[in-house]
Amino acid sequence: MPSDSTNINTKAVIQNSYDAIVIGSGISGGWAAKELTEKGLKTIMLERGRNLEHIKDYITATNDPWEFEHRGRTTEEQKKKYPVIHRGWAANEAIMQYWTNEEDCPYTEIKPFTWWRAYQLGGRSLLWGRQSYRWSDYDFEANAKDGIAVDWPIRYKDIAPWYDHAEKFAGISGSKEGLAQLPDGQFLPPMDLNCVEKDIAARIKQHYKNNRHLIIGRVANLTEAIPGRTKCQFRNRCWEGCPFGGYFSTQSSTLPAAQATGNLTVKPFSIVTKILYDKDTKKAKGVEILDAETNKTYEFYAKIVFVCASALNTAWVLMNSVTDIWPDGLGSSSGELGHNIMDHHYNLGASGQVEGFEDKTVFGRRANGFYIPRFANLFGDKRDYLRGFGYQGAASRESWSREIAELNIGADFKEAISEPGVWNIGAGGFGEILPYHENKITLDKNKKDKWGLPVLAMDAEIKENERRMRKDIVAELKSMFESAGVKDIKTWDTGHSMGHGIHEMGTARMGRDAKTSVLNEHNQVWDAKNVFVTDGACMTSSACQNPSLTYMALTARAADFAVSELKKGNI
Amino acid sequence: MERRELIKMITLASGGVLIGGELLLSGCKTNARSDAAFSADDIAFLDEVAETIIPKTNTPGAKDAEVGKFMTVMVNDCYEAKDQKIFHDGLIKLDEASRKNFSSSFMKINTAQRKELLTELDNEAKEYHKTKKETDPNHYFTMMKQLTLFGFFTSKPGATEALRYVAVPGKYEGCVPYKKGDKAWATS
Repeated sequence: MPSDSTNINTKAVIQNSYDAIVIGSGISGGWAAKELTEKGLKTIMLERGRNLEHIKDYITATNDPWEFEHRGRTTEEQKKKYPVIHRGWAANEAIMQYWTNEEDCPYTEIKPFTWWRAYQLGGRSLLWGRQSYRWSDYDFEANAKDGIAVDWPIRYKDIAPWYDHAEKFAGISGSKEGLAQLPDGQFLPPMDLNCVEKDIAARIKQHYKNNRHLIIGRVANLTEAIPGRTKCQFRNRCWEGCPFGGYFSTQSSTLPAAQATGNLTVKPFSIVTKILYDKDTKKAKGVEILDAETNKTYEFYAKIVFVCASALNTAWVLMNSVTDIWPDGLGSSSGELGHNIMDHHYNLGASGQVEGFEDKTVFGRRANGFYIPRFANLFGDKRDYLRGFGYQGAASRESWSREIAELNIGADFKEAISEPGVWNIGAGGFGEILPYHENKITLDKNKKDKWGLPVLAMDAEIKENERRMRKDIVAELKSMFESAGVKDIKTWDTGHSMGHGIHEMGTARMGRDAKTSVLNEHNQVWDAKNVFVTDGACMTSSACQNPSLTYMALTARAADFAVSELKKGNI
Repeated sequence: MERRELIKMITLASGGVLIGGELLLSGCKTNARSDAAFSADDIAFLDEVAETIIPKTNTPGAKDAEVGKFMTVMVNDCYEAKDQKIFHDGLIKLDEASRKNFSSSFMKINTAQRKELLTELDNEAKEYHKTKKETDPNHYFTMMKQLTLFGFFTSKPGATEALRYVAVPGKYEGCVPYKKGDKAWATS
């Protein structure tokens, strides 16, 4: 059993010692645990939230929709408890138990910042959008070519085999398209585009002379069963937790793999407060945790530490790991720790009506949509801003929630509204945000959370490059829809506050030089070589593709390197 | 994140949708819960309003789905104080309109009279919402109609009999024939 750190003894040190510590159990932490345990390392995974057992703890997942008292809407009490979650669209009666209690865990918004947190075993791997796209060298070379921030220390060839590895295990369905900016991968069979989406895709392809593409989303939902997991049942209720294991989560995928090795210990309610740095060896010797239930402090020791607490909390752990040598925290020597926060800016797009498919409908609920990969500033295209964007969307027939102008109430109205309405198509843009040094998080020592720990203060915003891109995102989508014959097109742009894209990243970036980056090309902290950061914190630029697949690949790559260095005695 | 949900909402939001409006799009509003605010008579009254909007035909109607009770739960738990007041006042206003048109309370007029009255109120509410500014109060009949449709089509009889519902589709087919008269899917 863990021993109180104030009364530590040799026996306790031995009992609390592992080969590896993994901080966090979300997408990156789960992958770190799987890879390290499969390579034979005795590993402890520390999760700050509660335990959450696969299937058993998905308490609503098999309820019928009418079994929810408010049919999915949230109540006054829930809105008070979760004000940040209610800024967006993610508040739903069925899943409020997964979101972090915002009263217990406040943060400071120097500038508006929407932070979506899910503190429990599995983290946001239970609550992700599952869109899974590779990056290309257009992304890895972008900073160097544009003279922005610092160069990525890796290129596509370095990560490509790890994308293969991640995709094969996670199970990504998608279509091979041969696009240079969106490399193909190890895909399960693609889901269907519906008939309207197929038609619009063909029209866009023709109008833009095969330079723009509307493809089915590449998504971490199984279109074929893989060992231990059933294929996606097309219920479109992923966020309640999938009793079929139909989508990738820590619980459905990496955790059972890690547990099967016999090398994994999972410890929930363990808030890592600092990484313990040994100035003699210039390495970490372990971590200190606060038991979230008892408020007691313990220490755990290991040869290597993987920090996968999510981009902002990873930075928090490092910044809170203050020593005489590192007064601004572990990994702070470059002055970049906590800086360069990125996200994907969105909340903008267009929609309209499509005619001619009144005799068609769909069967099943596809937890996926279409994707229009980046075309801006590629292949000779030149804009008045840097980088690019992609779109995600879907076509569907209107439901009972539409208005029927000529009918008010009664039997005729009921009959008409019980039939599907016209086809609509809609899409939203996801734009790249550049890394700005001044977009940063710091520790706010004047505000404390439930456990008396300092909270994060967010100070980040989009700038001129992003604002120019936003105009173009809307204009280009409108043009594409027009060219495809979409009628009655409406556009929107409701502005973007950082974090709202739930793709926060960049607070401990990788680089080629210890003077300008926190991590090297193997995700090692320059200032402590046995500490690895492989979640969103490590990102040097944001590209415009959904980032989780890249975190999986980088984590597996770093774990492979860490174990080989350990075997060589280098760390 | 559940982008599909987002897109669904976007599609709804931009389709000139009356029903649900901010209720469906941004979740319920906050407010103090006042369970005692509705009487059994109120629920019976709301059941008749709902049944007039969605009557029993060859499929179940609003009363079969207990929409009156559902409306009170939603107003109590999910409406802002000012909307709660509008809704409560609306019960009285609706009855007053009935007395004015038919010299009798809503509970006592016949089915045809109820339909005539609520059609008039629906037109009035539609006209009002055409020019309503965001900060102007909502019309009580819009609330009643929204909650009726939401409550009915998400209920078991509404979803499974007036619409089509498959709990576990098991597959997705993006292009299947549809013929006029086929019911819409209850969930997407």
